Amino acid sequence: MLSPGSGNTVIKSKLISRRMFLISAAKAIVMVGLVGRLISLQINQATKYKSLSDKNRFREWKLAPERGAIKDFFDTKIASSEPLYQLHLVPENAKDLDNLFVRLKAILNITDRKVSYLKRVIRKQKPWEPVIVSENLNWSDFSRINLFLHELEGVEPIVSVARTYPDNSSAHILGYVSQISEKDLKTKEYLQELAVPGMAVGKTGLERKLDRQIIGKIGYQRYEVNAFGKRIREIKIDEGQAGKSFKTTLDYEVQKFTNELLKDKAAAVCVMDVYNGDIVSLVSSPTFEPNEFVHGLDKAYWNSLIKDDKKPLANKALSGLYPPGSTIKTLVALSALENKIIRPLDTFRCKGKIELYGEKFHCWEKDGHGIVNLRKGIQRSCDVYFYEVARKLGVDRLSETAKRFGLGKKVLNDFIEERSGVVPNTKWKKKFIGQNWYLGETLHSGIGQGYFQSTPLQLCLMTAQIANGGFKIQPRIIFDKKNDNLRNYLRHKNENPNEPLPTDLLVSNFDLKPLFKNQEHINLIKDAMFSSSNEPGGTSYRHRFENPKFTFAGKTGSSQIKRFTEAQREAEVKQESLPYNDRDHALFVAFAPYKNPQYAISVLVEHGGSGGKAAAPIAKKVIKKVLERHELRRSISNQIGESV
Amino acid sequence: MLQPRSIQSSLGIRDKILSIDFILVISILVLGITSMFAMYSTDGGEFKYHTNSHILRFFVFFGMFFVVSFISIRFWHETSYLIYVGFFILLLGVKYFGLTSSGSKRWLDLYFMNLQPSELMKIGLILFLAKYYHRISIESINSFKHLILPITVLISPVILVATQPDLGTAILIAAGGVIVAWLAGVRAKFFAISGVAMIALLPIAISFLKPYQKSRILTFLNPERDPLGAGYQIIQSKIAIGSGGLFGKGFLNGSQSYLDYLPEKHTDFIFTLFSEEFGFFGSLFILLLYVLIISRIVRTGNLTRSNFGKLYCYSFATAFFIYVVVNMMMVLGLLPIVGSPLPIMSYGGSSMMAIMFGLGIVMSCKIHKDVPVN
Repeated sequence: MLSPGSGNTVIKSKLISRRMFLISAAKAIVMVGLVGRLISLQINQATKYKSLSDKNRFREWKLAPERGAIKDFFDTKIASSEPLYQLHLVPENAKDLDNLFVRLKAILNITDRKVSYLKRVIRKQKPWEPVIVSENLNWSDFSRINLFLHELEGVEPIVSVARTYPDNSSAHILGYVSQISEKDLKTKEYLQELAVPGMAVGKTGLERKLDRQIIGKIGYQRYEVNAFGKRIREIKIDEGQAGKSFKTTLDYEVQKFTNELLKDKAAAVCVMDVYNGDIVSLVSSPTFEPNEFVHGLDKAYWNSLIKDDKKPLANKALSGLYPPGSTIKTLVALSALENKIIRPLDTFRCKGKIELYGEKFHCWEKDGHGIVNLRKGIQRSCDVYFYEVARKLGVDRLSETAKRFGLGKKVLNDFIEERSGVVPNTKWKKKFIGQNWYLGETLHSGIGQGYFQSTPLQLCLMTAQIANGGFKIQPRIIFDKKNDNLRNYLRHKNENPNEPLPTDLLVSNFDLKPLFKNQEHINLIKDAMFSSSNEPGGTSYRHRFENPKFTFAGKTGSSQIKRFTEAQREAEVKQESLPYNDRDHALFVAFAPYKNPQYAISVLVEHGGSGGKAAAPIAKKVIKKVLERHELRRSISNQIGESV
Repeated sequence: MLQPRSIQSSLGIRDKILSIDFILVISILVLGITSMFAMYSTDGGEFKYHTNSHILRFFVFFGMFFVVSFISIRFWHETSYLIYVGFFILLLGVKYFGLTSSGSKRWLDLYFMNLQPSELMKIGLILFLAKYYHRISIESINSFKHLILPITVLISPVILVATQPDLGTAILIAAGGVIVAWLAGVRAKFFAISGVAMIALLPIAISFLKPYQKSRILTFLNPERDPLGAGYQIIQSKIAIGSGGLFGKGFLNGSQSYLDYLPEKHTDFIFTLFSEEFGFFGSLFILLLYVLIISRIVRTGNLTRSNFGKLYCYSFATAFFIYVVVNMMMVLGLLPIVGSPLPIMSYGGSSMMAIMFGLGIVMSCKIHKDVPVN
C-alpha cells in the first residue's frame, strides 16, 4: 500500500519530473523547428509557392483570331470569316461513347471510318479535350442536333468562325487556307505562338502572301482548372484581335464573268490598268473550290484535283510558263526601232519561208505575205519579216528590251507560286545550258519561240507598258494608296500642249520612268497593233469592236508545243485535228480603248490552237465587261483620298 | 498538512466543476470550433456530410470528456488494465471482423460509427503502463523481470496494428508506450540498446513493408522522384502551405484544396488547408493552441500528487505533442506520409474519441489531483 508522501513515491515523482523536463526541452526545440519550417515555406518561399499554386490553378486556352477579310476594289468581300456550326464532343462528359456514336450516326451523316478515326483521337488525348465530330454542319443538321441534345451527353454544338469564299472565281489569286501543318510551323516563324487547334493559315495566293497581317492576334481564355484539369470557371478572356482586312484592286464582277467564260478550258486571263498597274482581273481555269480546303479536304476531291490534266490547282496566270509566241513581235519591232536596226517602212519579202544557216524557217502563212513592212508585219504577224528583223537585231538587244518591259522576272512580290520565266540571250544560254548561241535560235526567239518563257501576267504587263505610252508601271493587287502619277502626267500634257519643259524633265517631275528612247516608236507599235485588230487582214480582225468606246488593239500569238513536221506542213494539218495535248497554246494580248488606253489584257488558252481563234474572242468579251465598268471604277478611285 | 482522505474522496459536484481547468477546456473548445470552420471549407463552403458529422462528433465526445473528467481518477487507475484489455480485444476483433478499406483492415462496424480501435489503443497503452510503473517500486523498474510485461503489452498491439497494415498508428502507439517507460525511469541505456537493435532490424523490417509504404519513404526522401505519383501529396501540400503566405488566401479561398489538388484534405491534410486559407498567422494560431493544450496537460501533471497521474499526464502530453508534430512535419514535407491525424482538427470519430477520452482522464487528474490512488 503506497501512500502519498512516502519516500519511494517522492523519489519516483522527482525522477519523473526530471525526465519530463528533458522531454519538454526536446519539445521546445521541435516546436522551434516547426515554426522555422513554417517561416521558410510561408514567408521566405511564399512567392515561389504562390506562383506554383497559380500554375496549378490556371490554364490557358488559345483562341484562334478572326481572319481579316479580303475585299475587291468595290469593297465586296471576296474572302471573309463567317459563322460556322460545328459539333464538338467532350469524351469525359459522355457516359457511353459507343452508344453516343450510334446515336450520332443516326442523326448525322457520319461514316464508320470517321467514327473509328474519332475513337483513335479520343484515346490519344485527355478526356476533357474536345474532339471535333463535325467541322461544318449545315443549319438543318445543327438544329436537329440541338433538338436531340438532351439525350446526347458530352456533345457540344459550337458556333465558330471559318474562312468563307463567295465562289470559286478568284480561287487562284486568293489562294486557300488550311490547318497549320508541321512544315508551316517550322518555316514560318510568326506561327510559333499562333499554333491553335482549328487555326487556318494561308497556303497559296494572297492568303499566303498576307498571312502574317491578316491572321490577327491570338486570344486567350484563362480558366481555373481543378487537379484533374477540368475547367471550373473562366477567369479572364482576351478575345485577341481580328486580322487586318485588305482591299485589292480586283473587280469581283469581272472575276465572276471571266471565270464563267473560261469554264472547262485550261486558260488564264489577266487584266491590268495600264496607268497604275492595278490588276483588275486575274483568273486561271479550271478553278477549284477554295471552301473545300478550309475543313480538311475530302480525299476524293483532292484526287480529282491532282489527277486533272488541266491542272486546276495551278495559277496559270502567275505560274504557267508559255513561249510568248507572236505576242513578242511587238517588242521585237520596238527593239529594232529603238536600236535603229530598221525603219518603219523598210520592207522584206515573205515567200512563206526562208532558208538560213542550212535550215528552213517557215512563216505560218504557207503562201507568204509578199512585201511586208513593220505595220503589216505586225498586222499579219508575218514570221518571215520578224526572222529578218531578229537576225539583224540579235538576241542580246532583243532580250534587253524584253527585260525592260517586264519579261523574265517576277511581276508581283511574295507570291511563292509566281515564276519568272526566261528571256534568253547568249550569256543566259552559256550559263544555263552551257552551249554557245546558234544564230538559228535568234530567229526562233524573234517569233517568241525557242527558249522564251513567259507568264500571262508578264505579257499583260508588257502590253500595258506599250499601251500607256512606254512608261514603267509596278503592277499591284493590294490597294494601299492612289497611284495616279501617270494619269496626272497625261492630263497635264493635254492641258498644256505647249509645255516648254523637255520631256525627260517633265517625266521625272511626275516620278515616271520611260522605257523608250523615242516615244514615237511606241506609237508605231500601238498603231500596228490597231491594224492587227481592226483592219482587214489583221490576225484578230474578226473579233474587233466597231464602237470606238470598246475598240481594242491587240496582238495574237500561239506558242508551239511540238514543231510541225514537214509532212504535216505539206498536208496543211489543222490545229483542231491534232491530239489535244499537241495543239498550240493560244495567246492574245490587247489594250483598250485604242484612242484612250485604259486597260491591257492577256489571254491564254492552253492547247487552244491559234490566238486569233481561241484567245481573241475571250479577250473581246472581257474587254467589253471591263470597259463597261470603267466609269464606276474611276468614280470610286476618285473618291478615295491619297491614302486608305 | 495532509487533508483528511475522507474529504478528498467525497468531492461535491460543485467542487469538481470549480476545479476544472477552464483554460484547457476553452482551448479545446476553440480548437474544436476552428476545426469546424476548416471542415466547412473542405466541404466547399457548405454544410455537407463531413462538416455536420464532424460537429456532431466533436460535441458528443466533448460531452464524453466531461463525463470522464468527473469520474474519479481512482476509478481510472483501478480499471486501467481492464481498459487496455478491452481495447486489445477490440483490436483482435478488427483482425477477424474488421472492415477492409483501400487494402487495410482497421475498422469495426458498430452500426452508428466505424470504430478504429488502434486509435483507442494509443490511450489504452499509456494508461496500462502508467499504472504498471506507478505500482512497482523504483528499485525494480530496471530489473529484467519487470521489463517483460511492459514490452509484451507494448509489442502486442503494435504488431496487430502494423499488420492491419497501419504503420503510422503502430509507431504512434509504440511511441506512447516508450514515453511512459522513459518517464518512469527505465534506464537510458535500455533505450539506446533498443534503438540500436531497431536500426539493426530495419533492413528486415523494410523487407516486410508493402510496396506503397516503401514508395512513401523513397518519395519523402525525394518528392520530385515521381511528382504525379507518390510525391504528389507532399508537393501539393507544400504548395498549398507556401502559397498561403503571411495572411493566407482567405476563408473558403484555398484554391489548392478547393480545386482538389490537396489529397485527404479532411483528415491528414486539414492543417494544410487551414494554413493555405489563413497563412502563417493562422498556422501559428493553431500551433499556439496546441502548445497551450499541451502545457495545460503538463501543468496538470505537475499538480497531480499521484505518480499514476503524473505519469499519465506527462505521457499523454508528450504523445499528444508527437501526434501533432508528426502530422505537421508530414504535411510540411519533413516526414514521410505515414497517415496520422491531427488531434481534434482532423475528421475521424475514433481519433476524436480517443483524444477526448485521454483529455478527460487528464481533467480527472486535475479535478481529483489530491485523491490518492493505489
